[in-house]
Amino acid sequence: MTVVLFTFYAFAVSTLLGGLMTVISRNPVHSVLWLILSFLSAAGLFVLLGAEFVAMLLMIVYVGAVAVLFLFVVMMLDVDFAELKAEMSKYMPLALLIGVIILMQLALALGVWGFSDGYQGRILAPVGTATNTAALGMLIYDKYLILFQLAGLILLVAMIGAIVLTLRHRVDIKRQSPVAQMMRDPALAMELKDVKPGQGL
Amino acid sequence: MMSADLTIVLPEILLALYAMLALLGAVYTGKDDTASLLTWLTGGVFVLLAIWIGTTGGDRVTAFDGMFIADGFARFAKVTILLSAAAVLVMSQGYMERRGLLRFEYPILVALAVVGMMVMVSAGDLMALYMGLELQSLALYVVASLRRDSVKSTEAGLKYFILGALSSGLLLYGASLTYGFAGTTLFSGIIAATQGGVSLGLLFGLVFLISGFAFKVSAAPFHMWTPDVYEGSPTPVTAFFATAPKVAAMGLFARVVFDAFGGVVGEWQQIVAFLSVVSMFLGAIAAIGQTNIKRLMAYSSIAHMGFALMGLAAGSAFGVQAMLIYLAIYVTMNIGTFAFIMAMEKDGRPVVEIKALSLYSKREPLRALAMLVLLFSLAGVPPMVGFFGKFYVLRAAYDANLGWLAVAGVIASVIGAFYYLRIVYYMYFGAETEALDGRMSPVLWTALMGSAAIMVFGVVNLFGIEPLAAAAAATLVH
Amino acid sequence: MVHFFTQTNLGIVLMILGECLLVLVPLLVALAFLMYADRKIWAAVQMRRGPNVVGVFGLLQSFADFLKYIVKEIVVPAGADKAVFFLAPMISFVLAVIAWAVIPFSAGWQVANINVAILYIFAVSSLEVYGVIMGGWASNSKYPFLGSLRSAAQMISYEVSLGLIIIGVIISTGSMNFGDIVAAQKGNWGLFNWYWLPHFPMVFLFFISALAETNRPPFDLPEAESELVAGYQVEYSSTPFLLFMIGELMAVVLMCALVSLLFLGGWLSPIPGLPDGVLWMVLKMAFAFFIFSMVKAITPRYRYDQLMRLGWKVFLPMSLAWVVLVAFLAKFEVLGGFWARWAMGG
Repeated sequence: MTVVLFTFYAFAVSTLLGGLMTVISRNPVHSVLWLILSFLSAAGLFVLLGAEFVAMLLMIVYVGAVAVLFLFVVMMLDVDFAELKAEMSKYMPLALLIGVIILMQLALALGVWGFSDGYQGRILAPVGTATNTAALGMLIYDKYLILFQLAGLILLVAMIGAIVLTLRHRVDIKRQSPVAQMMRDPALAMELKDVKPGQGL
Repeated sequence: MMSADLTIVLPEILLALYAMLALLGAVYTGKDDTASLLTWLTGGVFVLLAIWIGTTGGDRVTAFDGMFIADGFARFAKVTILLSAAAVLVMSQGYMERRGLLRFEYPILVALAVVGMMVMVSAGDLMALYMGLELQSLALYVVASLRRDSVKSTEAGLKYFILGALSSGLLLYGASLTYGFAGTTLFSGIIAATQGGVSLGLLFGLVFLISGFAFKVSAAPFHMWTPDVYEGSPTPVTAFFATAPKVAAMGLFARVVFDAFGGVVGEWQQIVAFLSVVSMFLGAIAAIGQTNIKRLMAYSSIAHMGFALMGLAAGSAFGVQAMLIYLAIYVTMNIGTFAFIMAMEKDGRPVVEIKALSLYSKREPLRALAMLVLLFSLAGVPPMVGFFGKFYVLRAAYDANLGWLAVAGVIASVIGAFYYLRIVYYMYFGAETEALDGRMSPVLWTALMGSAAIMVFGVVNLFGIEPLAAAAAATLVH
Repeated sequence: MVHFFTQTNLGIVLMILGECLLVLVPLLVALAFLMYADRKIWAAVQMRRGPNVVGVFGLLQSFADFLKYIVKEIVVPAGADKAVFFLAPMISFVLAVIAWAVIPFSAGWQVANINVAILYIFAVSSLEVYGVIMGGWASNSKYPFLGSLRSAAQMISYEVSLGLIIIGVIISTGSMNFGDIVAAQKGNWGLFNWYWLPHFPMVFLFFISALAETNRPPFDLPEAESELVAGYQVEYSSTPFLLFMIGELMAVVLMCALVSLLFLGGWLSPIPGLPDGVLWMVLKMAFAFFIFSMVKAITPRYRYDQLMRLGWKVFLPMSLAWVVLVAFLAKFEVLGGFWARWAMGG
């Protein structure tokens, strides 16, 4: 067994294990942690494929940001997951049905999948010999520019939406004004009084 | 190369830039105080763009290696989308403002949604299609729950979001199967790939794609979100849902089935015909029991989408032409009808009960008459323009040897006429109830009367829309 | 012999292990003395004597502390989630260590020379937040939990501007490989060729963000003693606590290495003519660490809302604007390509 093969199996097994434990863990926080393991292993698999840029993005974006938010939500929310799971069992038959259908389609895809005639000609040619970060850059900012920009617009809409639907300007609270705080100086903030003994102000 | 591409997508770029600038401007100045101005400004920008797109452009051109297509079909759809969005936006200003819903983000979100719609009808690639669709949908989810203190509105937004996400999932699954078969996401590549027939996998992909589109056009049996979302959203938003997004989704539907699967019409014709029949009947029958006029309009739109799909099912250039004409007429009718619904209020609160319209004709004869015309037109009663829309799609179906579909359409339309006429009955012969006292703003009045007038006077030559639609259809079906 | 280490599986594994140890052991030893230096500098600023009992001038203080930590009893709070409770310090430590795999100390002196080295560092440092969150949550106690939430929000906020600042450097270099980045800073004018000059204001932003990212004063809110006792570490004792501490300090030293590599020319000599080498790298890291210590000694702690405001409303827009500016300056080769010194095709 070569080192690469060993690494592959290690990552593959831990990806699957992570996925499985995500689903069957009793504690939701543990579920998220297993999910993170799954993401990390997937990143490892990407490295083995030579897609190091995608692997790093997976780590930075999914593990470093998205999963942290998951973890926040799961830790902060008081959701009775046991109850949710009991509810879930009602829909088990439907879920199983969907699972079977998807399994059948996977079987179809792996078994008797028919490619169109001459599909090789339609698949994009690799971009030169650049490293895959540079190659991705050349595709995203040139050929797929419009898609990239549209994706940006979608994120903009998501951001506007989140703000529109949740931001509430409360009027009954005091707000910090950092500028005012920074502009304060001793001359403004305090007054020196020469207090004579026994007299008071 | 790049600059040529950018010239082709210039309208979309300009609209997106406008939206971003408006956002910045509003955030740094008056925030919600600028909302009214911004609403009118956005409407104006839409109209200007519509004029620009409508009067320029020639042959079919593609940008970004075929990922974006600008042709007659896209132009027709874009003009319809822009004009209807402008009309609805301008109509909504007064209503939203009175209820404290006019946030400055509203026109901006609508503008971004319109960018998405324009990309949808111009998509030449499964990825561009998806991007446009998501841009549109995401903006719509937000505006659906704009009245965020109301349980119904947030429920509408959430329902729309979850079911929309599900439909996007179906669509993506279909797209990935298609990609797996063809080796490319470009429509031009897919159509080349299907030259030698389709495999079982591609058929699965096609079915999933069509299911996703059916969700977006709210065709039965993927319509379940429609009534709740229509009911829960603020009325102007409902009006928006009933118009521009429907045109965009139908345009996208037609774009994909002809541009990507035009070589295998037989494979999808049956599915579309099935969707069409189910939608027409479901829309007609389920609407009968409704007492809420917004829910009723939801079922009405389901039925109308069924008719529009009938044109698509014909699979011919004439069918597409019929579909485009139908959509244009449908949008015009809906703008008028929703102008009427927006003015339905009592003591400053919106009323949506149909019964509240009892003897409306006594108090507001002119408005009642206009509504009567619109309802007759929606029902497809000759000689209103709505009848010609139905007539076109029925003929297209008949010409394409789908006689059974045409017969079904006639039956569904007769059933559907019942609930439109019921409203008319209430307005003219209903029992006396507490009167509605809503005054109509000049904008709404103009929209209602204009739309009703079009329904009557359009009989002459449909305002010359036929040759335009025919030219547009010819660029799509070749 | 060479064949064994480069061709056979066992040999390759042994070779990699050896390289790792070669980095790790000196690093851990250095940490002990850096810890001592930190305390000494702090003491000097406050006109105290600092550690001075164990060994000559107290030099062995850190080793005494180390022994004390590992022989103490490990206390696990009741109701703690044991697995996660012990996992947290390990993660903290391991992540701090593995980041060093791609740090070169001199040309070619690194365990793994990968193309996306900066992204790798960035990815690993974005994971460091997990040690903190998990530790805070698993302690089943409110101060640690509050501390961990603060810390997580803080680290994520400053990571954004840290990333954007690095993008500026990447634009100037055209590569994410540390070797290329340092090579691009080589020139005839010694230290005036380094990136601190063209990316001038960003050096400070980077340094301050690094303070926040590593929870160092004045941004040590996660462990703000006065409010939260010691934040997420409250319930930790003995070896797990030691692991947290080493992890934290190692992250600080890593940031020193990053500052040296990205802005101070790595192992390049500051004076033209003198040979480049590992010594310069070590000196620069020591210099950066000295600044870290001085900042700790002389600044008061920020308030939490001030910290967040600084991160999102000041650093983020500034670094974003800088990225856009550098992109323009580099593209149009302003000042004879002062900002664009890459050799990328196209």
